[in-house]
Amino acid sequence: MPATRDGFGQLLHAEWTKLRTVRGWTIGLLVAVFLTIGIGLLGPAGSQSSCSHADGSSGSCTAQSPPKRADGLEVTDEKTFVHRTLSGDGSITARLTALSGVYPAGGGSPDGDQGLVPGLLPWSKAGVLVKDGTAAGSAYAAVLATGTHGVRMQYDYTGDLAGLPGTVGAAAPRWLRLTREGDVLTGYDSADGSTWARIGSTRLSGLPRDLEVGVFATSPDYAVIKNSFGGSSVNTGPSLATGTFDRVTVSGQSPGAWTVPAEGPGAPGGPGGPANAPGPRSGPGNGTGPGSDKPGSHPGAVATGADAFIVTGSGDIAPASAGVGSGKTVESALAGTFAGLIAVIVVAALTMTSEYRRGLIRTSLAASPRRGRLLAAKAVVLGGTAFVVGLIAAAAAVPAVTAVEHSKGMYVFHASTQDEIRMVVGTAALLAVAAVLALGVATIVRRGAAAVAAVIVVIVVPYVLATASVLPAGAAEWLTRVTPAAAFAVQQTSKPWAQVVAVYTPSNGYYPLSPWLGLAVLALYAAGAYALAHRLLKRRDA
Amino acid sequence: MTASATADRTRAQGPSSRSPALTTFTDALHAEWTKLRTVAGTAWLLAAAVVLTVGLSAASAAEVTCDGPHCGEDPGKVGLLGVLLGQAVVAVLAVLAVGEEYGSGMIRVTFAAMPRREAVLAAKALVVAVLTGAAGVLAVAGSAVVALALMPGRGFTPANGYGPATSTAGASHLITAATTRAAFGSVLYLILVALLAVGVTALLRDSASAVGAVLGLLYLFPIVALVISNPDWHRHAEQLAPMQAGLSIQNTIDLAHQPLSPWQGIGVLAAWAFGALAVGGIVMRARDA
Repeated sequence: MPATRDGFGQLLHAEWTKLRTVRGWTIGLLVAVFLTIGIGLLGPAGSQSSCSHADGSSGSCTAQSPPKRADGLEVTDEKTFVHRTLSGDGSITARLTALSGVYPAGGGSPDGDQGLVPGLLPWSKAGVLVKDGTAAGSAYAAVLATGTHGVRMQYDYTGDLAGLPGTVGAAAPRWLRLTREGDVLTGYDSADGSTWARIGSTRLSGLPRDLEVGVFATSPDYAVIKNSFGGSSVNTGPSLATGTFDRVTVSGQSPGAWTVPAEGPGAPGGPGGPANAPGPRSGPGNGTGPGSDKPGSHPGAVATGADAFIVTGSGDIAPASAGVGSGKTVESALAGTFAGLIAVIVVAALTMTSEYRRGLIRTSLAASPRRGRLLAAKAVVLGGTAFVVGLIAAAAAVPAVTAVEHSKGMYVFHASTQDEIRMVVGTAALLAVAAVLALGVATIVRRGAAAVAAVIVVIVVPYVLATASVLPAGAAEWLTRVTPAAAFAVQQTSKPWAQVVAVYTPSNGYYPLSPWLGLAVLALYAAGAYALAHRLLKRRDA
Repeated sequence: MTASATADRTRAQGPSSRSPALTTFTDALHAEWTKLRTVAGTAWLLAAAVVLTVGLSAASAAEVTCDGPHCGEDPGKVGLLGVLLGQAVVAVLAVLAVGEEYGSGMIRVTFAAMPRREAVLAAKALVVAVLTGAAGVLAVAGSAVVALALMPGRGFTPANGYGPATSTAGASHLITAATTRAAFGSVLYLILVALLAVGVTALLRDSASAVGAVLGLLYLFPIVALVISNPDWHRHAEQLAPMQAGLSIQNTIDLAHQPLSPWQGIGVLAAWAFGALAVGGIVMRARDA
């Protein structure tokens, strides 16, 4: 019936007119935009002189830019690499007979235990490596043994395939092999040197003819995590891994001799400094290496025969985890979302409760006797308006905050354009869904203050509890999984990596749910509140 | 209602030897007490504040473990975490005590009966503070009982550095001067949050906006502090934040490394609360109702 369709259109128009013409609500929505952008800008504004380097020097503020992969992804690329040049196709084979290591048990904290204790970290690694030159961030493939994850084939920083399980020892050596045919690198492993199993292969496009091949060892920083009010504090300290190789053979055109890096006297970490300079949230830890110069606890390599090496290394060849280091994540530009969210919640709740307070609801319902349609019209107008408000605020905040961060010499972690668009659109959707939730709750309780408080408590308080309270990481993850605060996952651009041990907690910007699934949790709450509101509005006296 | 109640009282008391101002304020108190007491929501809100505070404190006490000496867990903060949630309900109660009169137009009747508007605000603040204090005592006592029952089994033992090592069995080693201060201070914290909410509502004259503003003031600072990476600014943000500064009163360990001492912290919140009350009172006086 055309009249009905006209009816809903008119209803939408009526609701839009109500929303548009109340001065306080327009101000509230403008406040949402300005608070979102303004609070986002407070982050870099409050980080003006954040230039204390890990080595103790201060002064000029140069961005501590980590090495990058060709596509811009930040990586860690520190290892001890005994290498020679391979021209064209060929392969490298080595037997790893021992893998041992030391790590700082206290995480290198000033008040903790400074001593290095023997032991391997889960992702301490040693193996064979084929790399496009020795520059940090260049393409590579490696077949390596790890502390607790067995043999892996890793390539191009993010690739990670599983090979033989188990740990390396004199009784259980590991034979490792990488072959190169054009751009294709294939990894094999073997327990006895005669039966080989293929782990996998990868194509690294654009490899030059000359590559560096050899054996390497490295071991990531050891972190001790403490939760405290205001976030978790992390103490990190470098660890060392030592791989004992023999029967290292290179087949193919390989002129020249082995380049063996000498054992350096300095602390582990190399000239690039500690891989992850801890950020402000890391509290007392400053990431400096252990002061003691114990013999044998330095990165470096020695040749113990024509085809045998003992390689000791510190660092990692892996993607750098954002949020823990000194750089900023893109999503930190949207810290003001919470303020904008509160303003939107207030306006959304008021659009319904003020009708009850003024008795206008009776007029509205007389004009639109099908009550469900009135609620639907309000939801469409509010949701749409909140979406536009969120889109404007986020689309302005992200480039503005990033520009200020760049101008202050801060490093901003790479995020793909696709992720940035998802973050901005997701923030707009978050505000829209929260507005519908507030409308539903306001219709149920019919009191503005109670509705506003309830919606803020279910969205914002779980986030505060998860990121800035004494609750342990497990409880924080649970909170950001089942409460509406899960929706903030839609702003996450930093990725957790299985092959990198880091603090993947909500306070560091890592949510347990995927972005859209997190938003779906909030949508589920909003749908529940809307359904109950719809039911009550139809049954109750106005 | 207010007008008639005041009239009744005046008639019943007859000529009084007390100064008129004092009589007026007592009447204002009585009127505000009657109004807040007889509104159906008050009892529910007070009960909710107690239940939510004890509930979250219990969850925290059951969830947080101390895994060894120097584990860094603060028994005051762990056992009284629920205050973080209970304060939202207390804020709603305080906002409604002022804001609903503006919403219904009742405030014009109140001001007609009590032309000294700052006395009305003071009376409201006092009544809200007393009710909040009563609920706060129950909430904190409940939290403390649960915490004392659970926490010794979760590693908060004398061996891990909590309380004197010589203390006897049970949980008495957790009852120290510091934790007692944390408990009483938490009640004070809730009262100050309620006063802050009264002041903000007098300023904004609308319940929903006032709740948004008060909860924003309380909960947004810690979120903003997370993205401020400069240690000095980060510290200043924590020192200024009404919630984080005020909750310093719950610190019982590692006091030297906190941005504020417990009493400085609660002083910051008190400055916020009485500042808001003062501004609210001045604006209330100057403005139309």
